[in-house]
Amino acid sequence: MAGAGVYSHALVRGIPESLAGGALRRSGEGSGVDTARAREEHRLYVKALRVQLGLVVTELPADEALPDCVFVEDAAVVCGGTALIARPGAPSRRGEVTAIKKVLSDLGLKIVEMTDETATLDGGDILFTGKEFFVGLSERTNQRGAEILANVFKDYAVSKVSVSGALHLKSFCTMAGPELIAIGSSDQAQKTLMNMQEMSEHRYEKLTLPDDMAANCVYLNIPTKGHVLLHRTAEEFPDSAKEFGKLKDYLLIPVCNTELAKVDGGLTCCSILFNKAV
Amino acid sequence: MTTEVGSAIQVNEESKGTEPDDSEASNPDKTSNGNEEAEKEIQEDEQPESTTQPLKEQEFNSSISDASTQSTPSSSDKKDPTGGKGLFRFLPGWLKKPKSMSQVETTEEKEAEEDIQTKDRNSEDEQPELMKSTSENEVVKGMETEESKTDEIVEQYSLNSAELQTDLQTDKAKKPEESLEKDADMDNEEVVLDEKKDENSKDGEVWKDEDASKKSPLKIPKKIKFMQSKVFMLDGSEFTYEIEKHAKGQIMLDKVCEQINLLEKDYFGLTFRDATGEKNWLDPAKEIKKQIRSCAWHFNFNVKFYPPDPSQLTEDITRYYLCLQLRQDIVSGRLPCSFVTHALLGSCALQAELGDYDANEHKAGYVTELQFSPNQTKELEEKISELHKTHRGLTPAQADAQFLENAKMLSMYGVDLHHAKDSEGVDIMLGVCANGLLIYKDRLRINRFAWPKILKISYKRSNFYIKIRPGEIEQFESTIGFKLPNHRAAKRLWKVCVEHHTFFRLLSPEQTPKSKFMTLGSKFRYSGRTQAQTREASILIDRPAPFFERTSSKRMSRSLDGVPAGGINEVGLQQESSCLSSTADGVKTEADALAIKDITTSLKASQLEMPVETKNNSLSIEGESIYVRHSNLMLEDRDKTQEDLLKHQASISELKRSFMESTSETRPNEWENRLTKPLLLQTEGSLEEEITSLLLSKESFSTGLVASFSSTVSQALEDAGLKEKAAAESVSLIDSKQLPETSDENQKSEMEEQAEVIVEEAIVIEEVKSAPGHSKVKLESPVENSSIVPPVELAAKESNVSSSDSRSDSEEEAEYHPQTKEGENVKRDQNECKTLTTVAMDSEISVTDIEEVHFPVTVVHKMQDVLEEDLQEMQNGKLQEAKQEHEDINPKLNGDVSFIDSDAMPEVVCYAEPPVVKTEMVTISDTVSPDKTEIATKEVPIVQTETKTITYEAAQGDGSGDNDPGVLMSAQTITSESFCQTMTTQITKTVKGGVSETRIEKRIVITGDTDIDHDQALAQAIKEAKEQHPDMSVTRVVVHKETELTEDGDE
Repeated sequence: MAGAGVYSHALVRGIPESLAGGALRRSGEGSGVDTARAREEHRLYVKALRVQLGLVVTELPADEALPDCVFVEDAAVVCGGTALIARPGAPSRRGEVTAIKKVLSDLGLKIVEMTDETATLDGGDILFTGKEFFVGLSERTNQRGAEILANVFKDYAVSKVSVSGALHLKSFCTMAGPELIAIGSSDQAQKTLMNMQEMSEHRYEKLTLPDDMAANCVYLNIPTKGHVLLHRTAEEFPDSAKEFGKLKDYLLIPVCNTELAKVDGGLTCCSILFNKAV
Repeated sequence: MTTEVGSAIQVNEESKGTEPDDSEASNPDKTSNGNEEAEKEIQEDEQPESTTQPLKEQEFNSSISDASTQSTPSSSDKKDPTGGKGLFRFLPGWLKKPKSMSQVETTEEKEAEEDIQTKDRNSEDEQPELMKSTSENEVVKGMETEESKTDEIVEQYSLNSAELQTDLQTDKAKKPEESLEKDADMDNEEVVLDEKKDENSKDGEVWKDEDASKKSPLKIPKKIKFMQSKVFMLDGSEFTYEIEKHAKGQIMLDKVCEQINLLEKDYFGLTFRDATGEKNWLDPAKEIKKQIRSCAWHFNFNVKFYPPDPSQLTEDITRYYLCLQLRQDIVSGRLPCSFVTHALLGSCALQAELGDYDANEHKAGYVTELQFSPNQTKELEEKISELHKTHRGLTPAQADAQFLENAKMLSMYGVDLHHAKDSEGVDIMLGVCANGLLIYKDRLRINRFAWPKILKISYKRSNFYIKIRPGEIEQFESTIGFKLPNHRAAKRLWKVCVEHHTFFRLLSPEQTPKSKFMTLGSKFRYSGRTQAQTREASILIDRPAPFFERTSSKRMSRSLDGVPAGGINEVGLQQESSCLSSTADGVKTEADALAIKDITTSLKASQLEMPVETKNNSLSIEGESIYVRHSNLMLEDRDKTQEDLLKHQASISELKRSFMESTSETRPNEWENRLTKPLLLQTEGSLEEEITSLLLSKESFSTGLVASFSSTVSQALEDAGLKEKAAAESVSLIDSKQLPETSDENQKSEMEEQAEVIVEEAIVIEEVKSAPGHSKVKLESPVENSSIVPPVELAAKESNVSSSDSRSDSEEEAEYHPQTKEGENVKRDQNECKTLTTVAMDSEISVTDIEEVHFPVTVVHKMQDVLEEDLQEMQNGKLQEAKQEHEDINPKLNGDVSFIDSDAMPEVVCYAEPPVVKTEMVTISDTVSPDKTEIATKEVPIVQTETKTITYEAAQGDGSGDNDPGVLMSAQTITSESFCQTMTTQITKTVKGGVSETRIEKRIVITGDTDIDHDQALAQAIKEAKEQHPDMSVTRVVVHKETELTEDGDE
């Protein structure tokens, strides 16, 4: 059984130039993405994983044909030595999985692919708490995809929760500790959390953050570091940063993500974390 | 008791005298006093079964009605030639309660034979058995055995029958020679049996003894027939036991656990495959035979309740068997897990079985000999072996523990899945687990309802419903329905839910009472200890760790033999084979024979009962006819005050308790058997058969009442008297919570809801906790009432029988009852009420009204008078009234339709659900009461349902046929899980001529998916009624059957 945040490996991918103009975004508005700055932020992100936390990081080169390829999280769900290759809800992103699958396979993971043409699933809708999965049924993930996920990870309960008002479930809801769920304070987020609690046999504490986007954080449990949390910076979300600051015995790593956030990217989106020791 | 016994004895004597005389003289006239008449009536009944009962019955009714006071004359008029043989003898038996039982049996046997004639094979088999049993009983008592007389008796029987027939012919000239011929045939077939029977019949005492034994097989171990049962264990071994035919499931489970030296047995159970191949849990509280029916006695020993934390189990041996179960679950695919988990669990199992890895001993491929996965790959085996090496040093017990620590994490651990469809027809799975109900689409969990979230669990036909408590998201309570493949599946699911909720959810403080309660409960209730209780009990286990042989070697051998799958495959095959093979084996034949016997017995019993009653009237009022008054319940619903409501609740709680207690008394399973068997016959046969069977069942019921009567009454008397007041007080506490929900439920005006109302009541109670318990509670309560009846009351009953008009203030007595009940409730029930879970039983298909009341005629009239529409209106009105008057009052009031005619309520429910196309009201009255002729065919506007109402009236005194409404002392509605039945109990006290008469009307709505279920349910209902009111006699049984013409699926 995989614990929450117990990771040894990370898979990341570079940012293509095409991201600024080609990446999908939920709202047409939004300002332009500064690719250079985005790459710098991403570099720091990867550096934190590799250097600060000592993960084995595999970095795939960007593919200009895949503007959203940096968001590797959506391409696969890895748990317990098994990688379910996703079938992204956005057709333009389906090609991203190819490289991901190869890398994960090379890393020794058992690969399971979604062959059902009717199924869609984005990794960003999959929340693994360490004890169970929650699958957000969103614009990108449908029930069939969730069912397939449930069939792949048999050890765990896989519960569906509906997501509205955000791109992915994890856009506003991630793990911030072994039994701690970081959740945004929006009505949608709170409702989703209540739904999750009803669906679960387990009890979770919740860390409510003023900003939904700040609730997308990356929790790791590193043997030498203990609880580690990558979260958005105080510059971006000062109120939420205060909440993170209240966490005891945590190694807090603020990570700036201003540019990718413009295309709905969160901290979790930029990596696939898994534990290969299992 | 003493009075009763005396009366019984007298009756016996009389009966004996009459019987021999009748038989010898072959003159029905002698018995005409009552016995003959009763016999005749019975005969008539029998004939109708064979030929056309309804017409005859109607005629009888009319005749009966004409015969004002005494049933005998009417009966004589009515009589048909068919059943005449043993009737006389039977009649005397009736008079005596215990004796009557025996006689009843004989009569039943004969009747059964008649029915059986078509099925001669079985009958023959059965009869010998009966003979034996009777003879044995006689020997035991040694009181009166006239073997020599047996032959004579047989002859007499034949003569009697012939005479009777002739008489009948003369009387009505309707029953032709055919009946005589039949009788003759019957005699011939019966002859073998009859010899023994005759012996018994002559010796009234002997008969009585036999009857008693039959009624309570457990109590009388002697000469009980044993069934060979096989139990397939988790390790692949199988045990064979000789189980008494009427034994309850618990006995066999105990035997198994004893054999394997398992103390923490509450987590385990036995399963069997029914005729459809579905796996069912053997209810420990129910007779085995009734549950498995015609299938072979093959069972599997399984874990029923998976402890969420196996480390809290006290003994390693318990964990060992849990491991075996889980291994079976894994291999069979019931417990899915990932490759990694498969490997880990497999390695633990390997360590437990083989010990430390030994390179010398464990050559390549050693893992292959064992199966750990449905799809065991080489890769997996290598992984298992690899992990096996890491477990070095672990003892088998430690390896088991590690196995369990990993297995318990699996999401499907302990989840009992049931196929279903949601409201949109999408295939889903319903999973019952320790924490609640899980809804899956494929393996995706699409919803979850924790027990605290569930207000009510119910099923109706093949639909399963859960009522959800309003939550943070949903502001209003809602009911979610699921469609199960069939009624049985819905019932199974419901039962599993009730059991799981009870086992895992109910807490220790309430445990003791609850546990009793549970135990007492009929089939659908969880009869065992709760997890909390079993934990407490297991803490007390003080024995050195028992040595037990791990069957690893055996498995190895088996696996070597090429059956690596081990237990699972074998089990499945065995189970399937068992069902199939049973028929062939002859075991089944035995079962059939048994069934036949039962039927016969029931028939006889019915006959006997009738005569007995008549005798009582004529002779004097002696114990049998005694009716208890149940003052507890609030008769005046209209006048309901909060206090009343409280009292009502209290009474209900008391009833629950009493019921449980009563159930604890292992009473006569025989009744159930008898009832059930006739039912089976019915299913096979035509409507006529059904009618007859119903009649029979009723009769048997009454006899059973008589028999149980003495024992129960004494206890009841003692218990009663103390508690009512206290109960009322206690109730108040509960009420506050309950009230709100009730109001909501009340608002619902639908007929179905009425049935549910009961459930709702339970729900109210349940607010604190989930609902499964309610149904149980309700059932229990009625039982208590009946049992509570004090001796004085008994006398009153008799008086009632003799003179229907006699009415006195029996309230005191009635109060007596309630008090005892209430008092008990106060102490225990308060807690229980809060914690009780409510399980609603909604049964729509068929409605069976069992009326113990003396005013059968009245009831019938009411039935007729109140059409469906009226009924609905009545209900609605009642509900409204209840609401208006007692908004705060207990929700239970709603459930209780007591205000209106008791009959109307239940029927209403029935009608309400589906439209009825055809309604047939058939009233069969053995009694002389003038009012009885209510048989009428009414056409109901409803379209899709076929409704049949069959009323059976015992020949009790004059029929309290007075339409005098009397005073409604109490009314309770109880919903019991068993048979999906909703039971409404009304108690009415009437005082006439200084004599108080208490009548209890019970309405049981049984929803059955199949005829078989229906029959069983009816039998069960009658049995329960009997058990509940041992001191009362069954005056009428009205069977109202509705069949959905449209839906085939349910059936």
